[in-house]
Amino acid sequence: MQHWWFPANASSYGGQLDSLFFVILYITGAVFLIVEVALLYFLFRYRRGANQTATYIEGSTAAEIVWTTIPAAICIFLALFSQRLWSEIKDPDRIPPDAVPLEITAKQFEWHIRYPGPDGRQGSDDDFSKRNELHVVVGRNYAFRLTSEDVIHSFFVPVFRLKQDAVPGMHLSGWFRPTSTGQWEIACAELCGLGHYRMRGRVWVHTAEDFDRWQASQAAGAAPAAPPADSVASSGARAS
Amino acid sequence: MSTATVAAEHAARGRHEDRPFIRKYVFSTDHKIIGIQFLFLSLLFLLAGGLLAMTIRWQLGFPGQPMPGGGVMPETMAPGGVVLPEFYNALVTMHGTFMVFFAIMPLLVGVFANYLIPLKIGAPDMAFPTLNMWSFWLMIPAGTLMLASFFVEGGAAAAGWTAYAPLSANPEYSGVSAGQQLWCLSLIVFALSSLLGSVNYITTVVNLRAPGMTWFRMPLSIWALFVTAILAILAVPILAGALIMLLFDQTLGTHFFLPAEGGQPLLWQHLFWFFGHPEVYILILPAMGITSDVISNGSRKPIFGYHSMVYALIGIAFLGWIVWGHHMFQSGMNPTLGTTFMASTLVIAVPSAIKVFNWLGTMWRGSIHFTTPMLNGVAFVSMFVIGGLSGMFMAAAPVDIYIHDTYFIVAHIHYVLFGGSLFAIFAGIYFWFPSMFGRMMSERLGKIHFVLTFVTYNLTFFPMHILGMGGHMRRIYDPSQYEFLRPLMPMNRFITISAFLLLAAQLPFMVNFVWSLFRGKKAELNPWRDNGLEWTVPSPPPHGNFAETPTVYRGPYEFSSPLAEEDFLPQNRPVAAP
Repeated sequence: MQHWWFPANASSYGGQLDSLFFVILYITGAVFLIVEVALLYFLFRYRRGANQTATYIEGSTAAEIVWTTIPAAICIFLALFSQRLWSEIKDPDRIPPDAVPLEITAKQFEWHIRYPGPDGRQGSDDDFSKRNELHVVVGRNYAFRLTSEDVIHSFFVPVFRLKQDAVPGMHLSGWFRPTSTGQWEIACAELCGLGHYRMRGRVWVHTAEDFDRWQASQAAGAAPAAPPADSVASSGARAS
Repeated sequence: MSTATVAAEHAARGRHEDRPFIRKYVFSTDHKIIGIQFLFLSLLFLLAGGLLAMTIRWQLGFPGQPMPGGGVMPETMAPGGVVLPEFYNALVTMHGTFMVFFAIMPLLVGVFANYLIPLKIGAPDMAFPTLNMWSFWLMIPAGTLMLASFFVEGGAAAAGWTAYAPLSANPEYSGVSAGQQLWCLSLIVFALSSLLGSVNYITTVVNLRAPGMTWFRMPLSIWALFVTAILAILAVPILAGALIMLLFDQTLGTHFFLPAEGGQPLLWQHLFWFFGHPEVYILILPAMGITSDVISNGSRKPIFGYHSMVYALIGIAFLGWIVWGHHMFQSGMNPTLGTTFMASTLVIAVPSAIKVFNWLGTMWRGSIHFTTPMLNGVAFVSMFVIGGLSGMFMAAAPVDIYIHDTYFIVAHIHYVLFGGSLFAIFAGIYFWFPSMFGRMMSERLGKIHFVLTFVTYNLTFFPMHILGMGGHMRRIYDPSQYEFLRPLMPMNRFITISAFLLLAAQLPFMVNFVWSLFRGKKAELNPWRDNGLEWTVPSPPPHGNFAETPTVYRGPYEFSSPLAEEDFLPQNRPVAAP
């Protein structure tokens, strides 16, 4: 579903999130119309001077029961309906086991993303870090661990419909799966100080081949910690 | 304590007319004068908060361009009228702080609880008149400290009105030291003022009701203010405690909220929102009460479902304590807890819905008089519906992932606090102005003010929902920094222009208010043909309110009763059995 006001969706759960938004929009829109139309009708129909006097009515138990139970039913339905998607996105136990691990560290006013390198494991010699650059492969699951070095930031990727606060002293996990290739922005959504408005990063969703080419260039260019031969070898192993 | 003993005390203190001017109008213990003092003070803060908002809007609509008239701002804030990023963060912080703590809350509670409670329950004054005087006079140092913080080194607090730690706790992160401390101190004094007021309102309602004024004969405005006072007396100390901890972190080297030394940043959010969500209801319940009184009067019909209106108020107040976590869905709080808060938050929509339907029921088959108070009361209902329904989007935690901390939230809070609370405040001011000052406000100017405000308000705040859906973050100094926000810039400019028109739309109100104070038509007795006890005495009511303690025979909403010849039946008028 493409709508002009939402940015494009490029993640596996983004579509469901948008659909839930529209389910709520239809329900609340219907309630809104019923209430406002009734209000306007009453204002017109029962205006003073329309040759009528007020009728002395104190209330109606039946009406109270109706307009208590119907909203209650709608709200309980919404809570149950939303719960599934919420736990799919946020429950740490439901992070796909095959996900590529990323370490994301926020600090005033930039995002540091640590990649697992060709071996796919964090904490090994071929890891490398990029500032404000998130490079991922379309269709692959990613699990991130998010923290902050100073104040609270919020990691916000609008096209992934992903937002998670980065809290100093906590390592929070989450996941996403990009569904289309392209290049978009990362924003900070929590007021974090003077440079909050320009704490901007970029996300590239590559094809697997493009990503491997990019990763190889990173490993060749940077990676001072690891012996160059090692990293080239393992990178080659991954590419083949 | 009973009404009789308070009345006796009043008599013993001698005639009020003999008191010197300063005890009568400045350091007054008369609840009516105190209410009016709160009115003047909080309207000034409302204007100041509005001017801060204009500066915010200018920067968002026209980033980096000099603001017209902005040259009056000091070099340290906006050189040449161009707002600096550090000043922008102070602007959003102080706009929220002014509006929540120094405008809307004192307008609703300081003004209407003070002015209305004794008059409407038939009491000569508050239970503790001297404490009441202090509750107003503490607002002066609180407000002064807050205003002074603009002029200290580093400027005013810039961590948002929610003051999330560690940004607020460690000056190294925000660049603001003294300003943030003054912010804490000011709000601690404010908290004391609020507590003195609340203890007074509760005691007065419990003990000083006139004979016959049973609980279920109280006007819904008084019910709402009573429930609000209970919320305040339980919630405000939590704010004060959290502020003291924050102040200690800033000044004494404690680390309640600083993680490097073992503190917990989320603790601040839990404490702040455990206060903050009941606070949201403190800011809306009195508005609901005022609206109920005004709509029943304007429809010339009893309020529909009086008892369920009372139970809905109480229900909201109870549930209001278990929903605070919905502010923290993305904070890193355990997601399972998020599920619980999602459920409780959706459930709290039910009592709000009950109230809306009962207001509609009140208008149904009424005889609707389009007075200025009634127009503003109806606007409250129609705008509160939008604010309530937009809350459903955030309550659904998965949707909140996307719209959290965006303009969708900004739209929502303004639909509740402006579209809701402020329209009810306008309704209340137009309605009780004659009682306060003995003169009517101009209906013509009132209607012009209403129409212009209603239109420009919606033009300003409705498009913010769409900005939020576009992903536009809150509290960003320059949205044009982001490619994905650039297409939204025309809408930002549209909102800015609407906001300036909204400010201009307040001119008829200001003129009306000041002009009517001195030149308004003299109010006749009971100008709105209402049933409340406050209209059975001259306007403005004398010190001590009632020449003799009134006796109450019925509820406050007996409009168009078959027992009466006129379409109203005051609470204290005896009716011979048919």
